[in-house]
Amino acid sequence: MGFFLETLFGGLMAGMLYSLIALGFVLIFKASGVFNFAQGAMVLFAALAMARFSEWFPKLLALDSKLLANLLAIVAAMLLMVVVAWVIERLVLGKLVNQEGVTLLMATLGIAYFLDGLGQTLFGNAIYKIDIGLPKDPLFLMESTFQGGILVSKEDLYAAAIAGVLVAALSLFFQKTATGRALRAVADDHQAAQSIGIPLSRIWVIVWSIAGFVALVAGIIWGSKLGVQFSLSLVALKALPVVILGGLTSVPGAILGGLIIGVGEKLSEVYIGPMFGGGIEIWFAYVLALVFLLVRPQGLFGEKIIDRV
Amino acid sequence: MLYRENGQFKTSYRADQQIFPIAQDRVVMALLLVFALAVVPLVMPEYFFRAVLIPFLILSLAALGLNILVGYCGQISLGTGAFMAVGAYAAYNFQVRIEGMPLIVSLLMGGVCATVVGVLFGIPSLRIKGLYLAVATLAAQFFIDWSFLRIKWFTNDSSSGSVSVAGMNVFGLPIDTPVQKYLFCLAFLIVFGLLAKNLVRGHIGREWMAIRDMDVAAAVIGIRPVYAKLSAFAVSSFIVGVAGALWGFVHLGSWEPAAFNIDRSFQLLFMVIIGGLGSIMGSFFGAAFIVVLPIVLDNLPYWFGIPIDTALAAHLTYMIFGALIVFFLIVEPHGLARLWSTAKEKLRLWPFPH
Repeated sequence: MGFFLETLFGGLMAGMLYSLIALGFVLIFKASGVFNFAQGAMVLFAALAMARFSEWFPKLLALDSKLLANLLAIVAAMLLMVVVAWVIERLVLGKLVNQEGVTLLMATLGIAYFLDGLGQTLFGNAIYKIDIGLPKDPLFLMESTFQGGILVSKEDLYAAAIAGVLVAALSLFFQKTATGRALRAVADDHQAAQSIGIPLSRIWVIVWSIAGFVALVAGIIWGSKLGVQFSLSLVALKALPVVILGGLTSVPGAILGGLIIGVGEKLSEVYIGPMFGGGIEIWFAYVLALVFLLVRPQGLFGEKIIDRV
Repeated sequence: MLYRENGQFKTSYRADQQIFPIAQDRVVMALLLVFALAVVPLVMPEYFFRAVLIPFLILSLAALGLNILVGYCGQISLGTGAFMAVGAYAAYNFQVRIEGMPLIVSLLMGGVCATVVGVLFGIPSLRIKGLYLAVATLAAQFFIDWSFLRIKWFTNDSSSGSVSVAGMNVFGLPIDTPVQKYLFCLAFLIVFGLLAKNLVRGHIGREWMAIRDMDVAAAVIGIRPVYAKLSAFAVSSFIVGVAGALWGFVHLGSWEPAAFNIDRSFQLLFMVIIGGLGSIMGSFFGAAFIVVLPIVLDNLPYWFGIPIDTALAAHLTYMIFGALIVFFLIVEPHGLARLWSTAKEKLRLWPFPH
């Protein structure tokens, strides 16, 4: 039982991080109808920028304080992501308005390749460390109930807390601010939003910047856990089944989908995996999403768009 | 002037419907075939066969298959690499398990197995489309990658996880040297190219294109989406599977699942986009472009005497691929094939612009 709970917990934590990346997908899909394949590349790019900036700033500016260096690096990485968002809007999305979803998907694949290459050209392709001071030591819970307790990494708990705060902040932003309302208006109907004076291009820059911010947070958390390297870009492939499961347009769906996939993956790997020779983590999420798609194409919380084939 | 069609009259339906209705095209194609079959094997250096020509031929075959699915039928697939893997491993199993199995039969059986798997993973396309289908095909990619890595039966219980074939021969002729391999692949490409060309200009191809352009309207005029989509998946996977078998048998010789990973799928999709969606010729252009570009980028600095390290060259390749994808999608969605037909239009009047 203790082992089961431990696996469950590990799954929840991993799922939280998948949710973070999935959140970037959902935000962009909500506001522009673009299925953003480049989210993973954005995570890698943001994390690389942050890792290298936090390395460079102390040397350049002769800073002693690690906190200050990290803060500066985060701000600088965020600014960089805004620039990226602006450039993407200018050079790619602005020119592909009214194109089919599949064309846009392929365009984001191009963006993903470009960002992967650019990030590694600018920032190098070794493994970099991000240290924002998350505690590394493990925590034992419920030692009285189970023998040995349940091993939980404190780092994971912090990560989950950060993810939770981020989701709450984003929900508030979408619900309460004027910009948030404008974003939702654009999501509902591009043309109607435009006709009442909402500037589409600015909205897209804002959305991609927010997605960049989410990518940065996800990158920092993943990066401080596992180091920043190219494989980070591939982690985002895990987020695709998450959004399919949760529904492409739903923020809570992204969170719940992430948790389901995280838990399902870990539990299936531990309990079903050995029967098939292990390693089923690689495809479990996808096959789950595929089966789900056949039963309920719009996902758990997605909008039901009647679209008969 | 070069493409002047004056005086080329067609007096029968047959003449009007041939693949190359313009005499100049027929001449060019005949010359090209003679060049590829007779001149190339004599003059090219061995390295060139191994590094450029054989990969180009096999990948254009795969791109041809993918183009039928994505370009002609509008069903996006990110799992092409997996279907190639199915072809390769199935052909391998036929080859090692059945005594005296002819090479060509086992390659084609690889294609047949890929067809079965392709249709299986194509079934979701009946309910979902576009973005969702992309995820469904990704599921195929990951699942198939994993099964060839973990299920020992597929690799004939090889301890290293990689499989190899040797001593190939067709009708008693060995396929060992690069030239023989080249000619073998070329023969496949010619046969499948003709097959694909005739399929897409016949009624099946028209059904595919109708589904691609607007599925509801296609259904209204009596095209059955089930048949159209699944046949596109079947034909596409068959060609892709044979290409995969060739890639394993002829190009690699010994391989492991990583040879058919998701990067291969993306690479093939890029070929189709850059070459031209919905164009047989485009598949060849795209494959040529994507095979040659990395080699050029690797060597370019040396030709100009500016040394850059290989990692940087690899990243630059990534960036250029990405930028080109976006560029082509925005500026020329029909890819290099359209540039070619524009050039042909110009050549009709050349050298006088009016």
